[in-house]
Amino acid sequence: MSIPTATLSIGDLLRSKRVVTTPAAESGGCSSQGGDGKASCGSSAGPHDMPAEIWEKVKNHPCYSEEAHHHYARMHVAVAPACNIQCNYCNRKYDCSNESRPGVVSQKLTPQQAVKKVLAVASEIPQMTVLGIAGPGDALANPKKTFETFRLLQEQAPDIKLCLSTNGLALPDYVDEICKYNVDHVTITINMVDPAVGEKIYPWIFWDHRRVTGYEAAKILHERQMLGLEMLTARGVLTKINSVLIPGINDEHLIEVNREVKKRGAFLHNIMPLISAPEHGTVFGLNGQRGPTAQELKAVQDACMGGANLMRHCRQCRADAVGLLGEDRSDEFTLEQIEKMEVVYDIDKRRAYQQRVEAERKAQVEAKVQALATSGAGHSDDIKVLVAVASEGGGRVNQHFGHATEFQIFELTATSATFVGHRRVDLYCQGGWGEDEQLPSIVNAINDCHAVLVAKIGACPRDELLAAGIEPVDAYAYEFIEKAALSWFADYRQRVASGQIVHRSRGDASIRQGAFTAAA
Amino acid sequence: MAMKIIASTCTGCSACEPECPNTAIREKGGTFVIDPAKCTECEGQFDSPQCVAVCPVDGCIVKA
Repeated sequence: MSIPTATLSIGDLLRSKRVVTTPAAESGGCSSQGGDGKASCGSSAGPHDMPAEIWEKVKNHPCYSEEAHHHYARMHVAVAPACNIQCNYCNRKYDCSNESRPGVVSQKLTPQQAVKKVLAVASEIPQMTVLGIAGPGDALANPKKTFETFRLLQEQAPDIKLCLSTNGLALPDYVDEICKYNVDHVTITINMVDPAVGEKIYPWIFWDHRRVTGYEAAKILHERQMLGLEMLTARGVLTKINSVLIPGINDEHLIEVNREVKKRGAFLHNIMPLISAPEHGTVFGLNGQRGPTAQELKAVQDACMGGANLMRHCRQCRADAVGLLGEDRSDEFTLEQIEKMEVVYDIDKRRAYQQRVEAERKAQVEAKVQALATSGAGHSDDIKVLVAVASEGGGRVNQHFGHATEFQIFELTATSATFVGHRRVDLYCQGGWGEDEQLPSIVNAINDCHAVLVAKIGACPRDELLAAGIEPVDAYAYEFIEKAALSWFADYRQRVASGQIVHRSRGDASIRQGAFTAAA
Repeated sequence: MAMKIIASTCTGCSACEPECPNTAIREKGGTFVIDPAKCTECEGQFDSPQCVAVCPVDGCIVKA
């Protein structure tokens, strides 16, 4: 099967975002409109952008709704250690508790242990609404353990949404089973729609009792992925496609991937940066394959905006992550700790808590609408900037600069505030003291931003950020993010208009590759 | 005639266990072991030993 490859390079994409005119796919899970690349549904969408029954499925799912991810938590249980393919960006041997990336866990669980853990977490974190099985291998290469976990959970915690992620090789064989347990969200990792690209990513697959390599392996995987996606779409299961952006291998090809998966009804497309460092021991890590820069990632994501709906808030979680996206509380729920816990699953208490979360969430949306109404008025300049935000959830600017392990990135214009991603950083403040050697890496991670919005910031990092040209802002502490960002931006444009400051564009930023140091 | 798993490189992923046509593989202390009395190296059953074909760690499963 021959698929035309896009002739654009990543450099072309960076030079002009709108250079790519991807024709709208003929059919699809939900339509997207051209405009300024605004998708009409998907992760950044609200209740008015999609059919009611689909909004009902995604509204409290932190991975499927960008709005929900500020308020609702997810957890992964590591019941699926086996895998049926090998990827050049994955090394299953490496297992470190300070590492945060897919495929990594600290403890494997049996289905019974997993259920106990889910019930314990659900009681402790009532905004936990979603349970996913994401490995550390492949959920469907461990069908017995995966579906036994789902069966037990459906009995004991019927309000928790179930989802799984897979490479797709075994997917067509398990679509019936997936529907039987009301799994209504499935993630498929699809990095290519052309086996010639695929053979550079997958050294082998285990298929029909054989280890198959090269082009043939990638071709089988590709065909199974497309078949599985089509089958899920036909059954009304929502799908998210994860693609790992590997510079020089599949960067411009992902536009083709986007078009093909959208055509087959994919609900969301999540383009993630390759995580690659020699110490991970992966093939890509060892042969020096680099990951993309922040602007390279954004260029490909922006080029795909006309296709399937893009997810921008993925945190590339571990296969045993617990909590809001961007936080990981798995340390609090080890097997030993769960054994000691008295777990009472109180579904009414969870509902009551979630009602309070809903009220907070509504207030955030209203604040954004109000801020947009005042911000856009009377301004005709076309300045566009990125800002970094320190938040520990609830959709507010409520985190101390020194406590942030990630910053959320928003793109601002006079008439819009759009979440475009997040940047992981090393903790600046450790044991009450600022670590000055961490600061340059934080500056690098948000170097393309004009300002950083925080609840509070010390004098030292404040001066350093100013010297790097990033404005530290604590004037909007504890306000809702979009309102705070738009208020700062109105003030910024005011200062530019009055000649007080000169607007300059910012450089690129780096995506953090090293081991994640958990907050001690 | 049997295969064996080198415990120090086994990740304990369990991929080999269900592939064995002779149910010769079981978990032992976090990693997996092959019962040499049951192992046939898949001779007459498959082209190559199934445990080796599915194992993600090169060189982890060898001839005993």
